[in-house]
Amino acid sequence: MSAGLTNRPRTGAAVDGETARRRGWGWLLLVPGMLYLGIFFVFPTIQLFFTSLYDPSGSFETGYSMTWHFANYVDALTSTWNLFVRSFAYAGITTLVCLLLGYPLAYAIAFRAGRWKYFMLVLVIAPFFTSFLLRTLAWRTILSDQGPVTSFFQLIGVLPEGGRLLATPVAVIAGLIYNFMPFMTLPLYAALDKVDYRLIEAAGDLYSSPLTGFRKVTFPLSMPGVVAGTLLTFIPACGDYINAELLGTPKQYMVGNRIQSAFLTEHNYPLAASLSLILMAVVLVMVIAYVRRAGTEELV
Amino acid sequence: MADSSKDLRLEDLTKRFGDFVAVDDLTLTVPQGSFFALLGPSGCGKTTTLRMVAGLEDPSNGRVLLGDEDVTYLRPYKRPVNTVFQSYALFPHLTIAENVAFGLRRRGVKDYKQKTLDMIELVQLGPYADRKPAQLSGGQQQRVALGRALINQPDVLLLDEPLGALDLKLRRQMQIELKRIQTEIQTTFMHVTHDQEEAMTMADTIAVMNQGVIEQMGAPDDLYENPVTTFVANFLGQSNLIRVEVLDTVDENVVVDCYGQKVGVVASRSHATGRNAWLGVRPEKIFAGAAGADDHAGTNLLTGGRITDVSFVGVSTQYLVAMPWGQEVMVFEQNTGRRSLFRNGDPVDITWSPDHAFLLDAGQDARAGMMTPEDAE
Repeated sequence: MSAGLTNRPRTGAAVDGETARRRGWGWLLLVPGMLYLGIFFVFPTIQLFFTSLYDPSGSFETGYSMTWHFANYVDALTSTWNLFVRSFAYAGITTLVCLLLGYPLAYAIAFRAGRWKYFMLVLVIAPFFTSFLLRTLAWRTILSDQGPVTSFFQLIGVLPEGGRLLATPVAVIAGLIYNFMPFMTLPLYAALDKVDYRLIEAAGDLYSSPLTGFRKVTFPLSMPGVVAGTLLTFIPACGDYINAELLGTPKQYMVGNRIQSAFLTEHNYPLAASLSLILMAVVLVMVIAYVRRAGTEELV
Repeated sequence: MADSSKDLRLEDLTKRFGDFVAVDDLTLTVPQGSFFALLGPSGCGKTTTLRMVAGLEDPSNGRVLLGDEDVTYLRPYKRPVNTVFQSYALFPHLTIAENVAFGLRRRGVKDYKQKTLDMIELVQLGPYADRKPAQLSGGQQQRVALGRALINQPDVLLLDEPLGALDLKLRRQMQIELKRIQTEIQTTFMHVTHDQEEAMTMADTIAVMNQGVIEQMGAPDDLYENPVTTFVANFLGQSNLIRVEVLDTVDENVVVDCYGQKVGVVASRSHATGRNAWLGVRPEKIFAGAAGADDHAGTNLLTGGRITDVSFVGVSTQYLVAMPWGQEVMVFEQNTGRRSLFRNGDPVDITWSPDHAFLLDAGQDARAGMMTPEDAE
């Protein structure tokens, strides 16, 4: 008994020492990631911030001077606010449709696919084996005026005679949905796959119809996947410009298109930088509000 | 309580998975208000039976009746039956109170708040009502699962290995508690387990199940004292099974030849039909005496034994006695302290009363139902 009493504090101290040492190593593991973020994210963002305050009368040839020209932001907003609205509208619709299509798909893979589960997952990821750009170009052909999809829609009367798909908002949003679908489906699948099927059975045992069981048990438990999936879809969709460029016209252009042309065509760096930062800030505010609302930290 | 209008009846219940018959033409009645245990090794079909009663599995054949109502194909959420799931299946995103209230709220019960509080008190979880399941210990989670099912006042409560995840000490405690609650509320409990001690401690009636069929059904002591198959003899406790030849029946006493020595078995305990049989005796029913001691009046006597192993386990001493035909017989003796222990190599005779033995058909495997090392937890 006395051995037990004297032993206990000693082993306790040893354990504490060990966890302290482990914690020290833990910090070291963060270093490569931090370094990477510092060099490739923090530093360029600071650079971007300064660029956004350059004198807009400068040019690529004559150089820019730092004049703390905050009016760049006002100019950027007044000239392109409609592009912002369009970007968020397109990205919002894209996210919603991806969720509505991706959820049943992820659910089916997680609970109903049986031995086809991994095959179906590979199918979800398969598009990544070809470049984003090529796949979007392919959609140009698929949606082209003489293409099968347009002809079919004209045939069943959804499109009028001579109506188009390409160069419309529908084409741009369809492209966005197609391209971001895996980013929605995979986190949803990961969350649903973790849901213990016995919990769904338990809900049924406790007088929940399948629909109620889904509403009260399955869906709340899949919330981490819903949040991750919607963020992974909405954020990049807001900044996308490839779909609008390849499947749309300037009438469907999004903020991304404007930033791209300001940077690469007009060399209007201050405008491009301030647009980028506005986009970043607005998306950040929206995401914070959304995550607070969804309250994922409540979930175990 | 004597009202039998809500007896649970299974009629010719069968479940096939492909070619595998999990439950084979099962017919039984669980009287209302009883504590019924389905006992068997893993894969014997007991959980499948339970799931068919819960509605989580559709039978391939047969019917499930609650009183006069056929519920065979009624969806689980429409059955007055609730389940305490193995590993509990508590909703991790809901608090203890929300878990317990779940069934009442789905049925739109108005005063669910008070009922939930009462139930949480009954299962002694008052201080934990607002916690999440992950913050509770295994024993507490087990009580939440019980409360969550019981609050709905089901006609039948199904318990699927409810204590399997608890450690031994807690399991004993919960066995007593479950039995107390069942006695108090008089709800029919149908309990599925592979733990024979758990079944014997709690149940009024045990059905021993093996390979989809019920081997024997009855009160725990009947099953233990008078098993009808080698599976039951071995699965419930331990048995010595000795090959014998049936000679004659004299005055309700079956006389058998046991490697040249004659012993008797009460006729009502003989379940053998052929000439060959297994003679079964429980180890604690056998008394080992010094060889040649002449104190065996009215008992069966087998001579020529020799002690080959002595295990002192505190309350009792467990001997292995090698008999002349080579078989080792287990003999358990209470450590009453009234006589000294035998030692390895001591010559002994073994005796037992004719109404403590049983006779089983020789066609069965003498090792059926024995615990393999993997089964022992």
